[in-house]
Amino acid sequence: MLAFLIKRTANAFFVMLAVAFLAFLIFRSFGDPVEMMVNEQATQEDRAALRERLGLNDGFLTQYVRFVTNAAQGDFGISYRNQQDVMVLISERFPATIELVLVATIISLVVGMPLGVLTAVHRNSRLANFLQLGSIVGVSLPSFVVGILLILAFSVSLGWLPAFGRGETVDVGWWSTGLLTPSGRQALILPAISLSTFQITLVMRLVRAEMLETLRTDYVKFARARGVPRARVHWVHALRNCLMPVITLTGMQIGNLIAFALVTETVFQWPGMGLLFIQAVTFVDIPVMAAYLMLVSLIFVTLNTIVDVTYAWVDPRLKDDSAKAGAANG
Amino acid sequence: MTDTVLEVRDLRVEFPTRTGILTALDGVSLSIQRGEILGVVGESGAGKSMTGLAILGLLEPPGRIAGGEIWLSGDRIDTLSEREMENVRGGRIGAIFQDPLTSLNPLFRVGDQLVETIRLHTDLGKEQARARALELLREVGIPAPENRIDAYPHQFSGGMRQRVVIALALCAEPELIVADEPTTALDVSIQAQITALLRQLCRERGTAVMLVTHDMGVIAETADRVAVMYAGRIAEMGTVEDVVRRPRHPYTEGLMGSIPSMHGDVAELQMIPGSMPRLDAIPQGCAFNPRCAHAGTRCRTEVPRINGTGAACWLALEGATE
Repeated sequence: MLAFLIKRTANAFFVMLAVAFLAFLIFRSFGDPVEMMVNEQATQEDRAALRERLGLNDGFLTQYVRFVTNAAQGDFGISYRNQQDVMVLISERFPATIELVLVATIISLVVGMPLGVLTAVHRNSRLANFLQLGSIVGVSLPSFVVGILLILAFSVSLGWLPAFGRGETVDVGWWSTGLLTPSGRQALILPAISLSTFQITLVMRLVRAEMLETLRTDYVKFARARGVPRARVHWVHALRNCLMPVITLTGMQIGNLIAFALVTETVFQWPGMGLLFIQAVTFVDIPVMAAYLMLVSLIFVTLNTIVDVTYAWVDPRLKDDSAKAGAANG
Repeated sequence: MTDTVLEVRDLRVEFPTRTGILTALDGVSLSIQRGEILGVVGESGAGKSMTGLAILGLLEPPGRIAGGEIWLSGDRIDTLSEREMENVRGGRIGAIFQDPLTSLNPLFRVGDQLVETIRLHTDLGKEQARARALELLREVGIPAPENRIDAYPHQFSGGMRQRVVIALALCAEPELIVADEPTTALDVSIQAQITALLRQLCRERGTAVMLVTHDMGVIAETADRVAVMYAGRIAEMGTVEDVVRRPRHPYTEGLMGSIPSMHGDVAELQMIPGSMPRLDAIPQGCAFNPRCAHAGTRCRTEVPRINGTGAACWLALEGATE
């Protein structure tokens, strides 16, 4: 187990180094940072001084090592556009994205799992067929279309919910949350739904497939033979046996959601990291782009590593060695 | 009040399919007394498991009971609602399935599955139910149950798991246990232990048992009476002694001839020519007639029926009346 852990962590480390290399290449290849930072009146001497100060005259490898060392300490330099520390900019936007992603994940589980169970239990019923069809639409509809449709319906036509922004936020330590104010919660609803549509269908189809398998097992039949009510058999005995892959999928998908949030954030003008990134792209604000790239990769790599490790740990059957099971031969 | 626990009268189970209605059980009648073990034997597909499932009310749709009656200690149960049947299953009828390795939910502790079943069918509180679970585990022969009750099923061996399954079947002191191939998936040495345990528990409690198996050896050791099934019908019914030593139905005779004997007076095992018909091709008359060496004209046109004990065979029936 320890060897596995070390191997996984080492893998993660090398992936991050590779990503850092890509981020670094963006730095080197897109324009001249000095040109972007100085104003029109700067003299040739000023430029040369800045170039020297930024260490741009050093060798390629020296610069890469310095980039990685700084990045590891959370230092991505100064944003070209608003002359602020990049990490400060990102940490301001980080809570908004995480709240959006977590709420979307919860919605996808709370809605997706019951739908999966229902469509599996009542397969061939008209409702199940309708939901199956709907899930295909859900999978194939791009999330910006869903977002625009939601805005059209609930903000423009009905006027129930705000179409953009994050509402009022409250600071809890360095974390600014929108969950504590009514306007913040209202503002969260539409973007979260829009972001979760794809997830819902994914969870639903996964649970359905797993349930169909589980419902055929002997222990489900045996639970019925013990007199366990049908609903309890489905929602407790069978569903619990479907959760492993759902946990895996959800863990893996959180990384995806953070990346996908970019689109949703743009549609809803949600002040998260994705929106920050899009704005950075428009202004060729390379430090911000590089930092975003690194951060999203870090989240991806961390989640994947955690999922890999927990996989060997969650299921009680995988937890202990078979020697123990052999102790009670009858 | 009689001591008849289970009475099945003229049970008929059908499966509507695209090509027509398949009759899986045709006129099955049997009864089991208190404390009695009735063996139900036959080849795969003869309808023995189907009979058990029908009694438990667990036929998979589109399968349905199309005729007949099932009575449990004077109450008719085949007409009960799903809700009422949930109380009967696990409460008045316990079930044991074939494969103990897959009968238990792998993600729930053994104790939790026992407590769940006990609490579904009794008024016991959590603590009392747990005490009862411990007692049941001890009764079915699990050593040091207080150390094992919180274990997961995968931490038990096959034989121990089947003991847990038996404990689950006994949770609410049922009147009847339907045991479907309870020893088929086990090692031979453990088979004997499990059948002995089953037999002992029924004797002590007076529980009636319907023991479904294809293994005549298990029947001979365990059962009091035996029903031989063939193609969805009962071919012969009688005491184990009679059926094993003096089979009256040619099919039973063939079945007995195909069991290796320890005494070695039969040089070669007998084989019944042909195979059991599929449900969509059951011949007219006696279902066995194409494979029977003694079949006459009546065997090919009219279905022989038994009432109670005897053989569903025109040779035996006509012989008895003459």
